[in-house]
Order: sequence, then C-alpha cells, then structure tokens
Amino acid sequence: MNQPASAYFLEERHDPNETHTLSVLVQNEPGVLARVIGLFSGRGYNIDSLTVSETESHKHLSRITIVTTGTPTVIEQIKHQLDRMIPVYRVVDMTITGRSIERELAMVKVRGRGDSRVEALRLADAFRARVIDATTESFVFEITGNSSKISQFIDLMRPLGLVEVSRTGVAAIGRGPEGM
Amino acid sequence: MTDKSNDPNQMTGAAMIVRALIDHGVQHVFGYPGGAVLPIYDEIFQQSEVEHILVRHEQGAGHAAEGYARSTGKPGVVLVTSGPGATNMVTPLTDALMDSIPLVCITGQVPTHLIGNDAFQECDTVGITRPCTKHNWLVRDVNDLAKVLHEAFYVATTGRPGPVVVDVPKDVQFAVGTYHPPRKSDVHVSYTPRVKGDAAQIRKAVALLAAAKRPVIYSGGGVINSGPEASKLLRELVDVTGFPITSTLMGLGAYPATGKNWLGMLGMHGTYEANMTMHGCDVMLCVGARFDDRITGRTDAFSPGSKKIHIDIDPSSINKNIRVDVPIIGDAGNVLGDLLQVFRAEAKKPDIKSWWQEIATWRARNSLAYKKSNDVILPQYAIQKLFEATRGHDTYITTEVGQHQMWAAQFFGFEEPHRWMTSGGLGTMGYGLPAALGVQVAHPNSLVIDIAGDASVQMTMQEMSTAVQFELPIKIFILNNQYMGMVRQWQQLLHGNRLSHSYSEALPDFVKLADAFGCVGIQAIKPGDLDGALKEMIKVKRPVLFDCRVAALENCFPMIPSGKAHNEMLLPAEATDEATAAAFAGGKALV
Ligand SMILES: Cc1ncc(C[n+]2csc(CCOP(=O)(O)OP(=O)(O)O)c2C)c(N)n1
Ligand SMILES: [Mg+2]
Repeated sequence: MNQPASAYFLEERHDPNETHTLSVLVQNEPGVLARVIGLFSGRGYNIDSLTVSETESHKHLSRITIVTTGTPTVIEQIKHQLDRMIPVYRVVDMTITGRSIERELAMVKVRGRGDSRVEALRLADAFRARVIDATTESFVFEITGNSSKISQFIDLMRPLGLVEVSRTGVAAIGRGPEGM
Repeated sequence: MTDKSNDPNQMTGAAMIVRALIDHGVQHVFGYPGGAVLPIYDEIFQQSEVEHILVRHEQGAGHAAEGYARSTGKPGVVLVTSGPGATNMVTPLTDALMDSIPLVCITGQVPTHLIGNDAFQECDTVGITRPCTKHNWLVRDVNDLAKVLHEAFYVATTGRPGPVVVDVPKDVQFAVGTYHPPRKSDVHVSYTPRVKGDAAQIRKAVALLAAAKRPVIYSGGGVINSGPEASKLLRELVDVTGFPITSTLMGLGAYPATGKNWLGMLGMHGTYEANMTMHGCDVMLCVGARFDDRITGRTDAFSPGSKKIHIDIDPSSINKNIRVDVPIIGDAGNVLGDLLQVFRAEAKKPDIKSWWQEIATWRARNSLAYKKSNDVILPQYAIQKLFEATRGHDTYITTEVGQHQMWAAQFFGFEEPHRWMTSGGLGTMGYGLPAALGVQVAHPNSLVIDIAGDASVQMTMQEMSTAVQFELPIKIFILNNQYMGMVRQWQQLLHGNRLSHSYSEALPDFVKLADAFGCVGIQAIKPGDLDGALKEMIKVKRPVLFDCRVAALENCFPMIPSGKAHNEMLLPAEATDEATAAAFAGGKALV
C-alpha cells in the first residue's frame, strides 16, 4: 500500500458515523459560546444543531444542547474536549444515557389559496401545529416535537406553498426525577 | 461613602497586577512595553521585587518564559502591549499549549470604551488567543482583576499545565479598586482537574504488568511536568519491574540516559531498539505521553499485539489516536506512586530475560551509527563532543527545530529532568535562543546551551542583544550545514531531490555578527578544532555565537518512512539511494 509522499499517516479510518445529542452545562460568562463553537470549527467536528439559553440566572448557568455527528472515537473526543474547557461544568451524552426527551420548535410560513390552504390547515391539525398568524393568503404554524416530526411536517408543507421556516434547534432533558 | 484611603488593599489595576505577581512568588517577568501597558510599566519601575527582562521581540519573551518554566517547574510570566504585542505572542502561546507549559501572559488592551472601535493598536486579543490558550480573560472591571489574576495562575499551573492570557484594558489599569490575596474561592467551580488515579484501574494495570513477558514503559513530557518526584518514581518503577524504558522527545531526562534499561528515544527518528520494542511488546505502559503521530507511525500497525495502559491527566488524550485497554486519569507522579505501592505489595519482578535478549539483537544493529571523518565535522560528532565537553558542568540544553534538534535528542545524554527544552508539539524554529535566555535567567550560574541550526537561529537572533544587556552568558552552538537540513532531507527523500528554497543563501558571518552584538564569536571548521573551541566557549562568561561548520549533506537517521510502522525503520547503514527510494516510494506530496 503506497500513500502519497508525506510524513503524516494519511489513511483515514472508516468507522460508521453516529449522531449524538450532548447537554453541556456551562458558566454563562462572556465568550463561552465562542469557545464551544471554536472548539467544533477548530477541530473539524460537526454541529447539526445548537441551542443555548441561560437556565439558572442567579447561578449564571447556561445549558447548551448540541447535536453532532461523527465516528464513536470522534464523539468521545468531543465530550472530553468540551469537558476540559474551564467554564464547562458537565457534559452529558443524552444519546448514550438513552432516557431523554428531545424537542424542537419551528415556525412555518405557508402561502396559498383554495384547496392547498385547506389541506395545509388539515395537516397542521393532524400534527398538532397551531396557527399563530393568518392572512387571507397565508398561515404561520407553530409546531413542537422531535426533529424528525418537524422535518416531516415541513416536507408536507412544501408543495402547499411553503415560504420559510424558523427552527429553534434541539433542546433535550433526561427522563425521571434526577437532574444532569 | 466610607473612607478607603487607608485601606492597603485599595490600589490601581496596574498596582494589583504587580502585587499579584509578588503574591504568586514571581521573580522574573519577560516583556516589552507599549502604550496599553504603560501604567503597569510605571508600577514595575517603582518596585524591586519583580525583575523585568526586556526582550527585543514579544515572541522572544514568550519562548524565554517557556524556557524559564520548563527548567524550573514554575510558571513563566509575560507582559506585552495590545495589538502587535499580543499578536506577536501567538506563536509562543501555541507552542506552550502544545507542549503543556505553564505561562501567564498579561496583555494591555485599549480602554474599555474604545473596544470594538478599531482603535489604535486594538485587536481582539481574547478572540485571537482563544484557540491557543488553556483559558483567557478580558477584565472589564478593576474589582474583578485580583480574582482573575489568581485564577489565571491556578489554571496555568494545575491539571495539564498550559498558557493563559489576561487582557487588561488601560482604563482598568488606571482605575482604583479592591485587591485581595489569592484564596480558594478565586477558582472557577467548574474547573476540577483530577490528580488521583482510580484504584481499581491501577490494580488492573499492575496485574497486566506482573504477567508481562515482553513489556515496555513509554514515558513523555507529562512525567517532567508532574515534577521531580514523578521522575524519581519512574526510575523506581523501572528498577522494581526491570522493564525496558523509552521516551518521547519531550520526556528525555525523566529516566537517565546512562540507566541500564534505557532504549533511547522512540518515534520517527528514535532508535531501532526503542521502536522495535514498542512494536513487539505485549504490555505497554504509557505515562504522560499522548501517542502523537511522530511517535506512532502508521496507527493501524502500531504495536499490534500489546495491551496498553495509559496514564494521563487529560482525559481527552485517552483513546484519541490509539485505543488503550486500561486508561488511568490522574497526575503522572501521583499515579506512579500508587502503582508502585500496589506492585510492591502484590507482584514480583517478572522474568523477562528472553525479551532482553531479543532487545539486545536490535541494539546490536547500532542504529545511530554514522561515518566519521577527519576532514569535515559530522553534526553527530559535534553533539557528542559537546556532550563530553559539558560533562561535570551544570548544563541545560535548548534547541531550535530541524536535523540538529533530532541529533541533539539522539546524541546528548540527559541524566535529569528539566534539563532539556525543545519545541516538540509545534516545532517552532526560533524557540531555542530565547528559551535559553529564560533558562539562564532562572539559573544564572549554570551552563545554558542552545543547540541551533543556521536557519532557525536567524528567526530570533535579535535576542542576543537581550543576552548582552542582562549579562546572560548563553551559548548558541550552531550546527551550520548551510541548509534547512530537515527540509532538504524531506525534499531528497520525498520530492525527487528538487531542493526548492532549502539552501541557506546569503548566510551572515556569525562570528562578525557576534562581534556586532557585543558577544563572543567562535568558529570551528575541522574536527580537530572542536575540543579547543568548545573549551573556550564554556570558559568564557559571556554570550557566545558558535559557528560550527558541519558536513552540509548529512541526513538524520534512523527514520520511520512515511506511512510505515515501527518495524519498518530505515537504518543509516541501509539508507542507500535504492533502499531509500523504495522505502519512500509513493505518489505526489500532500503535506
Ligand atoms: C517557524 C517555522 N517555520 C518553518 C518550519 C519548517 N522547518 C522545519 S525544520 C526547517 C529547517 C531548519 O533549518 P536549520 O535551522 O538550519 O536546521 P537543520 O535542519 O539544518 O539542522 C524548517 C524550515 C518550522 N519548523 N518552523
Ligand atoms: Mg541548517
């Protein structure tokens, strides 16, 4: 086996990719999000979805939920690399613990008249999406659920006059009485 | 309003900085002034507890602080101005991050109200240095300054050590606030490095070691960082187990080069016996090293038949490049202590006589052999001569980056930790000269030598002026092959001998240059010159530029060719043109 002339070992391993949801509890201080994002871009990790908000303002704690894809080795690296950042308290892999609930919220704007408008409303009802804005030729639906449900709803709206979508990204929490 | 004028803890931000340095036992600061740090320089002027070493370029301050830190185990401290002062620090900060060196760098910043306005000498220091520090801070309120400074020292020196930056706007330096001495609560609650290893894991490790037939210990810079006690314990472990030991470039000196179980350095330019032992072992104990790509060769063929134990303080080092069987998170010294205790109580020295016999056959290949000459100085010979000449002296060695660095690692024997300062992870040309300055500041009466290359030494040559100003008698021993030898070696081996821009054209006359700097210039051209010239270099109590003219086309062997495994090394005796061509056969170059 010959590789190009280089001092680096250039063959990549081809383990299958996995998608994991990570919950990261951080000190809410200036630059903390830049640190986390910089880690992902700097080390070439993927971010499929990222959700951040302060969760306990008196303790200056924020919770970051990251959905990422990589080989098992890379996922393990990501967790360790996050964990060793100074303002990071804890990293929990919601996919490994397995007992977690994931939700995302989307607002979906659909424009149309006549049959397609009626069909959009009917589907929204089936998906428990709420109408939060309406004109004679448009709706904005609000839908929550796991990401695949939201994607499915968006796909269904496409032929019915989908104009635009705004998604929050995934928030996740463990089941049962314990905190993270 | 209460009157605080009598409170000794009321002071300006600039005064707090100097006060914090004193409270952390800092005796030396390496720095360069500028508009955004003038209030701090004003404070430095008015006291005598902290001595400031004025460099000639901020990069020099950074590497000097690295040398200071690595040779003392204490943090190196740097003070630079905003904008260009801060950006000039990016290389040493990255260097220190890669090699886990504790640095505390204080940068001036434009006044708070101007941040973001593209003010004169403004740059986004915390943004620029975020990926090249362990942590960094921008301090916007003088009342946060004491806490941040104390935290900065703590973060830099604990866990896996590393560089930190504290960026202080000029108005915060002028503002008056309340200082407090270091206290426990200054530390981020989210930062809790693990020191003690898991007892069950240590038991598992001992069981593996006790049953080993073909063991090896592979140690790294983490053992040095952990402090002298860790090196002592490592030596004890080698004695108690009777195992062979090799080390990375960064770990040299933890186990003595004259020790009978020493195999020499491993990796790309390591010895044949070290690499073959790694390849053929059945149990590998890795302490404070990180399976870096210069060490492993091709990862899928790395030590295929071994159970691997990995002691590291940084969990992210575990399973990063190589899967291990028994990871132990903790400080190298602490874990080695526990491991020794359990080994002594529960195991006895395994019989590995036949393993040593096999190792002896690899040793007999004499992988560091080179052809001697009476006409030209071989670089390997020069290092051997230097080593001999410095025996009995209290010697510290730094290096630049290139062939000379590898020859220094191969041919200079280190008996003690903290004696060897080299840029391993980043491979920074220009590191060695300023690092030598820093070492000499910390050890004013010792013999401090930078083993340099003709190209590297020109990158930070201006620091000779610092050496003269502060009467730091550093010796710059230049293996002058008139080439960027390491680059040329790769071009010869990998790029069809097309020597693109690797010839050191228009080299300065180093002896005249020494004269111009006001230091001592020495030259050696023939092998017969060396003894006398080295003696003179060591005797003279002033900075020296030593121009050692060596064989221009000598290459560094042994070598693991690209994409090959440990057992496929190219030895010097076998490095004929055909064998080399075959070993390096491949397509177009990428990296
Ligand atoms: C700052 C920097 N730039 C470029 C390189 C790439 N590089 C590695 S070794 C080398 C040549 C070093 O030449 P010299 O200092 O003369 O040492 P020699 O190999 O000849 O002993 C170069 C350019 C580097 N390591 N660092
Ligand atoms: Mg050279």
